[in-house]
Amino acid sequence: MTIYLDNSATTRCFDEVRELMSDIMDRHYGNPSSMHMAGVEAEKYIKNAADTFAKLLKVNAKEILFTSGGTESDNMALIGCARANQRAGKHIITTKIEHPAVLEPCAYLEKEGFEVTYLDVDEKGCVRPDDLRAALRDDTILVSIMYVNNEIGSLQPIAELGSIIKEHNPGTLFHVDAVQGFGKVRINPKREHIDLLSVSGHKIHGPKGIGVLYINDKIKIQPVIFGGGQQRGLRSGTENVPGIAGMAKAAELLYDDFDKKIDKLYELKTYFIGELMQLDGVSVNGIPDISDTADNLYEAVRTTAPHIVSASVEEIRAEVLLHALEDKGIYVSSGSACASNKPAISATLKAIGVKRELLDSTIRFSMSVETTRDEIDTALEALRELLPHLRRFTRR
Amino acid sequence: MTYTSFLIKYAEIAIKGKNRYVFEDALIKQMRYALKKVEGEFEVSKTQGRVHVECLSEYDYDEVVEALSRVFGITGICPVVHVKDEGFDKLAEDVIRYLEDEYKVKPICSGADISESTGKDISENIGENDKKLTFKVNCRRARKNYPMDSQEVNMAMGERILDAFPDMKVDVHNPEVLLTIEIRDECIYIYSKVIPGPGGMPVGTGGKAMLLLSGGIDSPVAGYMIAKRGVKLDAVYFHAPPYTSERAKQKVVDLARLVARYSGPIHLHVINFTDIQLEIYEKCPHDELTIIMRRYMMRIAEHIAGESECLGLITGESLGQVASQTMQSLAATNEVCTMPVYRPLIGFDKNEIIKISEKIDTYETSILPFEDCCTIFVAKHPVTKPNVNIIKRSETRLTETIDELFRKAIETDEVIVVS
Repeated sequence: MTIYLDNSATTRCFDEVRELMSDIMDRHYGNPSSMHMAGVEAEKYIKNAADTFAKLLKVNAKEILFTSGGTESDNMALIGCARANQRAGKHIITTKIEHPAVLEPCAYLEKEGFEVTYLDVDEKGCVRPDDLRAALRDDTILVSIMYVNNEIGSLQPIAELGSIIKEHNPGTLFHVDAVQGFGKVRINPKREHIDLLSVSGHKIHGPKGIGVLYINDKIKIQPVIFGGGQQRGLRSGTENVPGIAGMAKAAELLYDDFDKKIDKLYELKTYFIGELMQLDGVSVNGIPDISDTADNLYEAVRTTAPHIVSASVEEIRAEVLLHALEDKGIYVSSGSACASNKPAISATLKAIGVKRELLDSTIRFSMSVETTRDEIDTALEALRELLPHLRRFTRR
Repeated sequence: MTYTSFLIKYAEIAIKGKNRYVFEDALIKQMRYALKKVEGEFEVSKTQGRVHVECLSEYDYDEVVEALSRVFGITGICPVVHVKDEGFDKLAEDVIRYLEDEYKVKPICSGADISESTGKDISENIGENDKKLTFKVNCRRARKNYPMDSQEVNMAMGERILDAFPDMKVDVHNPEVLLTIEIRDECIYIYSKVIPGPGGMPVGTGGKAMLLLSGGIDSPVAGYMIAKRGVKLDAVYFHAPPYTSERAKQKVVDLARLVARYSGPIHLHVINFTDIQLEIYEKCPHDELTIIMRRYMMRIAEHIAGESECLGLITGESLGQVASQTMQSLAATNEVCTMPVYRPLIGFDKNEIIKISEKIDTYETSILPFEDCCTIFVAKHPVTKPNVNIIKRSETRLTETIDELFRKAIETDEVIVVS
């Protein structure tokens, strides 16, 4: 049996999504730009998908752009906005805990003559509103902050940060990387002053290779991909019809009875953390004010994302624990899956002040709406068995 | 230019006296195996003591040369142009066009239609403006009823070439272009280029040996070098889950596959070594861990080698490279084996080994960082001059459990056939 607790890396595709996509590939394979009926049918899937996201985000359908995924959405938001607005200024603000899909475009823009300020985070992994206030300048054109951190699951006060930006200068654009946030938290771009929002299909039980960039239609942005002029010239390339329709279907399914699902996830996370804290030499990262009473713990957990649990395990290397759990059919990740194929130490964990000797001993469990209490219990059981065994063989 | 066949040169195996056919047959077998992966239809044959590859369909020149360059025993690959026998004048035209295409030299007379030139430039040393290109014509006349004899063809053809390319010069002792014209029953062969082959002896002529494959830089190179002497390879890899990952194992499979491009199919034995490692770790002095571990690896390797009819073990050890490869350490690990242990890299510097690994294309895979989990079992200060007697005494601490663990480890043997 497989217990998949690596849902921040990617998720299982919902059955309905897979069936819909298979049907589209089989029967509605037309090019949405074609003038005949097959093209019109394909186009309808795209339009419906845009409507779905518009409805879920409470925005206009023409503000929804389909991309190849979170990375492209982030790249386009940063590079496209920086290029289109550089006459207003060349200053950008982001944080030290962003995903490389944001940090690398920032590094690129720095080479192109832009100036980037990287904000620190507090011990919960959250941006301090005062830091943002202090960093904003007259020539700040863009602020990019992630909704949920992929390594520790910290939840940023996006609405508050958004209003700080707009109070300072309504013209400064606010991009939010919601790759880990969408489908876990209710997001309302208009209310939270978000101008651009990145979403990825495969993190919400949809297919890989597809994503959304919400773009407030009042702002200026340039395309980063050029070609046949699809999607109003903003993102050329024949639309990935099955991907788009599949992702929209996944979002729709996820939003069905959304609050109840999220409440259940929070309860599960609270239970999981409570049990983890009982284990010898295990500490949980990114949860503020942990107390031993269950009520307080639940309140504390509610201030974080519902699906990510980051734990540091003394004296055991994350990679070894990961493979030992894998042996029992339990899949987790070390630090952040995106960062774990390179030996570099996680900037996020360092930023929230995880002890040096624990940086290499931190693993991430990430749940989904499909995760059950039984699965968490099995994982806990495996940890109780493995930790003492693995500690016998620490390096002497 | 389209080559219709390749003439294969082999030096070392030609001197093997009465066993010559054994070596030639092995060579042909390995060539057929190598060409099986190349798109196109080829026929490898031995005629008049020479090995030919006939290209029976469209093919990619580079792909064929690359495949043949990996067949041990080949010292040279000559791309051959076939022309029909339509009289000496026509042959001279063909030869001039051949030289023009092959060496990018421009003829001054236009007796032949030499406008189309589609060949790729493989002339590396000889440039277009090299005025002093020297040559020699070497005619071989297998069809004895050809109206001219070999010497006459040599002289007449030399003249025609000098007429067409006045800048070229004859040099019968050390020519830059040794142009061979081979008159055969069915057609005439023209060739002059020799692409160097890997040398060595065809795999399958020298028995079989068990390579201890680790995932590092050295062991694939060691396997390559022994395979080059005609030896077939099997390999063993010691896997230590969860301390080494599935990707580390995949990396070793990938390395075995890269070596197999030279050696032919390899049976890769994957042995779960974790329990033995943990036992050693818990019971033996830490500075002796690596030596004792290696002694058990050798024992297991020898056991599997015996069962697979191998005649020796191969390791990538290089004298003094690390603590476990000093003379004392090698003596200590060697002591458990009765089978010969071949260490082809023993006198090589790391840089020399890296150079070969780059040449055989294993370097990039070898340096992938998947094996660091195993560092947990490495002592901070391992012994560099172990005393065999002390090591043996330490091993007595394992007496009660080790036979059972050894047996269990052998049982985990997973054989992956890579080719």
